[in-house]
Amino acid sequence: MGKNIRWDHNLIFKLVSPGSSVLDLGCGNGELLARLISKKQVRGQAVEADHDQVSAAFQNGVDVYQGDLDRGLPEFNSQSFDYVILEKTLQVLRHPMLVLEEMLRIGRECIVSFPNFNYNGVVDKLLKTGRMPVTDSLPYHWYDTPNIHLFTLYDFLDWIKDHQVEMVSGFSGDGLNYRPLALPDDSTGAAELLFLLRQRNRVKQPLSASVR
Amino acid sequence: MTDPLNVCLEKTSGYDPPESAYSVGWTQPKRVVLADRDNPLPLDCGVNLYPVTVEYETYGALSKLKDNAVFIIHALSGDAHAAGWDADWEKDNRPWRRNRPGWWDQMIGPGKAFDTSRYFVVCANLLGSCYGTTGPWENDPLTGKPYALNFPVITVEDWVRLQVRLQDYLKIDQLVSVAGGSLGGQQALAWAINYPERIRSAIVMAASSRLTAQGLAFNAVGRQAIMNDPCFQNGNYYESGPPASGLELARMLGHITYLSNQSMEGKFGRRFQNGSQPCYRLNNEFSVESYLEHQGRAFVQRFDANSYLYLTRAMDYFDAAASTGGDLAKACAAIESRLLLIAYSSDWLYPPRDTRAIARAMLANDKPVSFIEIPSDYGHDAFLLETGQTTPLVESFLKKV
Repeated sequence: MGKNIRWDHNLIFKLVSPGSSVLDLGCGNGELLARLISKKQVRGQAVEADHDQVSAAFQNGVDVYQGDLDRGLPEFNSQSFDYVILEKTLQVLRHPMLVLEEMLRIGRECIVSFPNFNYNGVVDKLLKTGRMPVTDSLPYHWYDTPNIHLFTLYDFLDWIKDHQVEMVSGFSGDGLNYRPLALPDDSTGAAELLFLLRQRNRVKQPLSASVR
Repeated sequence: MTDPLNVCLEKTSGYDPPESAYSVGWTQPKRVVLADRDNPLPLDCGVNLYPVTVEYETYGALSKLKDNAVFIIHALSGDAHAAGWDADWEKDNRPWRRNRPGWWDQMIGPGKAFDTSRYFVVCANLLGSCYGTTGPWENDPLTGKPYALNFPVITVEDWVRLQVRLQDYLKIDQLVSVAGGSLGGQQALAWAINYPERIRSAIVMAASSRLTAQGLAFNAVGRQAIMNDPCFQNGNYYESGPPASGLELARMLGHITYLSNQSMEGKFGRRFQNGSQPCYRLNNEFSVESYLEHQGRAFVQRFDANSYLYLTRAMDYFDAAASTGGDLAKACAAIESRLLLIAYSSDWLYPPRDTRAIARAMLANDKPVSFIEIPSDYGHDAFLLETGQTTPLVESFLKKV
């Protein structure tokens, strides 16, 4: 899952408005949300399935609900958060479409980041070695990887197009650096991608308008 | 719920002795009258009860601003002696306290989860119990004889109402937290719902918003065991001698619900009490049998049968959503404090899914909540035994309150 790469943390930190409400799905150790709470005064809630990560996030002072994203998120009300974040987790889910739909339902805006399987660093390794690539963004062997749904930038753009999703902005990143999405170069040039999305045709509400 | 005696048997390592830097040291119970004729305690059943004495203990020091108090709430068979070593055990004729510290000593003390170098920790014995707070064993001022079954039926909400009086008596406007496991956890939840402005957080462990039908059934059988004992005498046994075998049986039954299949397999398996061969006898053959019998007998030495009837009934009645037509989310809408919910995977008396239901009720109100299910084989008793896993969670939660 490449959680050691922090460019998307820095970008998400920039994108989130101060004082807003944030739901962090698959929060890991809760570092990002803890930072948003302390530095941007957001109202934060995290969801994480892994017990050790829940425990770690607790110790970062974050409110964590231990739960399995693949079962959907029926406990959360529609449009109850300004932002719903899914940081490099989509590819480990059994039901990624369900989770994306839930995010769009719950959040006014959704932030999704993921590794790009068509990144030339990945594809080159695959073609040259004939073996499943192990890279900074995909740092696992075939037998121990949690990543069960690998996909590419274009796969994701297809989904956006087919599902009436509005792409507010897109970014590509690597290591600590990021830049606005550039097509077609990022198809093969981006190791990781991040999108700010929202449901199309929804009346835009001011942030935090109906949030306690 | 669980018995300090039981925890003693479960423990592998020693206790922190009174002189240890991690112990609150020697403790002495305090008693205060919190309801009298002029200011009786209104109970849910309609009775205005007085006088009401409450026994409680405190550990650590109350800050000048009185902003560091934590209320610990005990479960079915617990008492106010939550930590440290009772200096008065002999005077109060409580020999079971002689060789063991309070029931949550691993969680309360300097540097522990409820850190008494930071927090002023208070624990009070429940109304209807038998450790210094008014209960059915006490003399009814109208008759001069023990209340016995004339004691009014009490509820979890009554308990909290009385604890609120203790809070006022101690002149504390707002508690940092109320925390408890099992029936204690249910009281913490009731605090959060009924007195949102009086607490900054609540910690609910191994508890749910209401007991399951299965739980009600176990309690019913336990009470029948007591009431069918010929010594019970309709509760008037204080001179003739207690319904020991009935209470023993109730405790044995209850104790099964505090363990898990896994923990019983691990601890006893199918081992025989004497060696590896069966003795071909009907009594005391398997080690699990003699363990339960030991638990039952030890309990009879320290608990009042009438108290057991009243406390299990309060446990039965509790339903956090009763006043909102069964809608738990509606009930939790009143909660203003932070809420930490800890469930234990093998707890089947208060199963994790029922603790999770409280978390979902909070989320349904767009309120933040912390919910974790701790993997444990200890069953319901895990809230007393999994202190290693629970401590960092409680510590970090309290720091952010």
